[in-house]
Amino acid sequence: MSTVATPANVPLNPKASRQVQWAQGRTYFQALIIVLWCLAPFYWMVATAFRPTSATFETTLWPTAPTWENFVTAFSTERGNHFGQALFNSVLVGVVVTLIALLVGVFAAYALARLNFRFKFVVLGIILGASMFPGVALITPLFELFSTLGWIGQYQALIIPNISFVLPLTVYTLVSFFREMPWELEEAARMDGCTQGQAFRKVIMPLAAPAVFTTAILAFIASWNEFLIASQLSDQNTQTVTVAIASFSGALPQQEPYTAVMAAGTIVTVPLVIMVLVFQRKIVAGLTAGGVK
Amino acid sequence: MKQQNRWAFWLLVPTLILIAVVIGYPVISAIVMSFQRDPVIGPDGFFTDGGFAGFQNYLAWFFQQCPAASGGTQACPAGTLGAQFWSAMGNTFFFTIVTVTLETVIGFWMAVIMARSFRGRGLLRAAVLVPWAIPTAVTAKLFFFMFAFDGVINKTFGTAILWTGSEWPAKFAIIIADTWKTTPFMALLILAGLQMIPAEVYEAAKVDGASAWQRFRMITLPMVKPALMVAILFRTLDALRMFDLPYILTGGANGTTTLSILVVDQIRSGFNLASALSTITFVVIFLVAFLFVRFLGANAVQSATGGKKK
Repeated sequence: MSTVATPANVPLNPKASRQVQWAQGRTYFQALIIVLWCLAPFYWMVATAFRPTSATFETTLWPTAPTWENFVTAFSTERGNHFGQALFNSVLVGVVVTLIALLVGVFAAYALARLNFRFKFVVLGIILGASMFPGVALITPLFELFSTLGWIGQYQALIIPNISFVLPLTVYTLVSFFREMPWELEEAARMDGCTQGQAFRKVIMPLAAPAVFTTAILAFIASWNEFLIASQLSDQNTQTVTVAIASFSGALPQQEPYTAVMAAGTIVTVPLVIMVLVFQRKIVAGLTAGGVK
Repeated sequence: MKQQNRWAFWLLVPTLILIAVVIGYPVISAIVMSFQRDPVIGPDGFFTDGGFAGFQNYLAWFFQQCPAASGGTQACPAGTLGAQFWSAMGNTFFFTIVTVTLETVIGFWMAVIMARSFRGRGLLRAAVLVPWAIPTAVTAKLFFFMFAFDGVINKTFGTAILWTGSEWPAKFAIIIADTWKTTPFMALLILAGLQMIPAEVYEAAKVDGASAWQRFRMITLPMVKPALMVAILFRTLDALRMFDLPYILTGGANGTTTLSILVVDQIRSGFNLASALSTITFVVIFLVAFLFVRFLGANAVQSATGGKKK
């Protein structure tokens, strides 16, 4: 692993230098394979989104006759697709779920990261267990309950179940971020006469803002990508993008409107990919937060 | 300590209440429902309320028994939901074992490459996040398109396979799509574990004349093991509830029905029977998690919180 870290000021004999180059070359080759493997399917989706319907299955790397037509088709409601509405629904559900989870979870995470109290490990166990909980275990009773209440097709029928996995994720990501923060500053503020509440508001909150922001991104993505609950507990009016894309219908029932679906997939994915690339470091830190320490 | 107890209580109460409402309540009502009989249409044409069923719903799944016209039970006819329990269980475990194994091996390799220092490493780490960021539903549609008969995969490899239309290719299509989508997550978790190993350990081993393979086996593996175990645990639990990919890619046809798909298919033909199945699924996942923590030492709680430091 450290083959590449040879200090530059140590004179190398030609043989050793060749060895280093060879190792470097192998690393680059393998890195290239990984990059291609990760990006090729994504690239294929974006490229197909620009191909005319008649050239759906063309295999040229670049669309031979690029067109925006598929993006228009994706938003068209003529064939009973409501992609625009679904985009709005996903944003709405995602934002509300993220806000609720953060508002509630930030306090729990503070307590778990900072305070000593009885049953701390029990609480952590509950939260971690909750985040691993299978969605199907909730779906049947919720379907029955929401049908009785007439909630199928209303936003709360999606928001409430989404909290079940976004809130635990939020709490344990925040806990591991909070553990890394310079809490001496809090003590310093308290020495200067702040109460614990004031220290939290004036010193800790500004420090914690980046952690909260990263957690918000992860929470939003988790809600945005949800499919199982949304596919069962929504109707045409509250359908989210994942459901809309999965059930996208074309001109003929037996004909998959591939290019339009790829355009819709591109619209749903590209903002996420950009966000992920911009905040790459923070997101990786947040993702791996629960896993190691 | 006393004051901290009180503080902690008030800070945690909102979260715990929410979890109790959104998870605790549905789970308990699912368990209650699973012991009720589903209403059936009686000979008079009216729905009769099912009443208490004991373990009947569970037994119906385990022994694949369906109600018979004569009033008793009979083995479920092939093709009905009731006849798919054990095959769904088998598929779920098959997918879990194969995908988690592939993801661990490939993810480890990716992590080792990502841990090296070279120019363009940032690009590699960014590229790896792309499959993770794509919604699984979109991934499923994308692979459905690529695996189409006229699709790019058949054309590139010169094959003529009905990927989503025949049993083993359908299983492989799901495994490939799932591996593509989730290996990066695994790789990042393992990478975080690799980065905790101090470089001096490797230097010392090198000085002592350890070969690359020895360094991997004697240093990397044991030191990365806690992180690796947690990563495998997370992915295993995730794979056991697999739904989106097979549901969209194949609709559960051709031997790709998982337990989650079976639950969803069952919901509209009987809540109580569906509740029994979802409870079984939950218990199976819980048992696997328990065995993992008990025998393979994957302690997620401890590693998620930095151990019992305080």
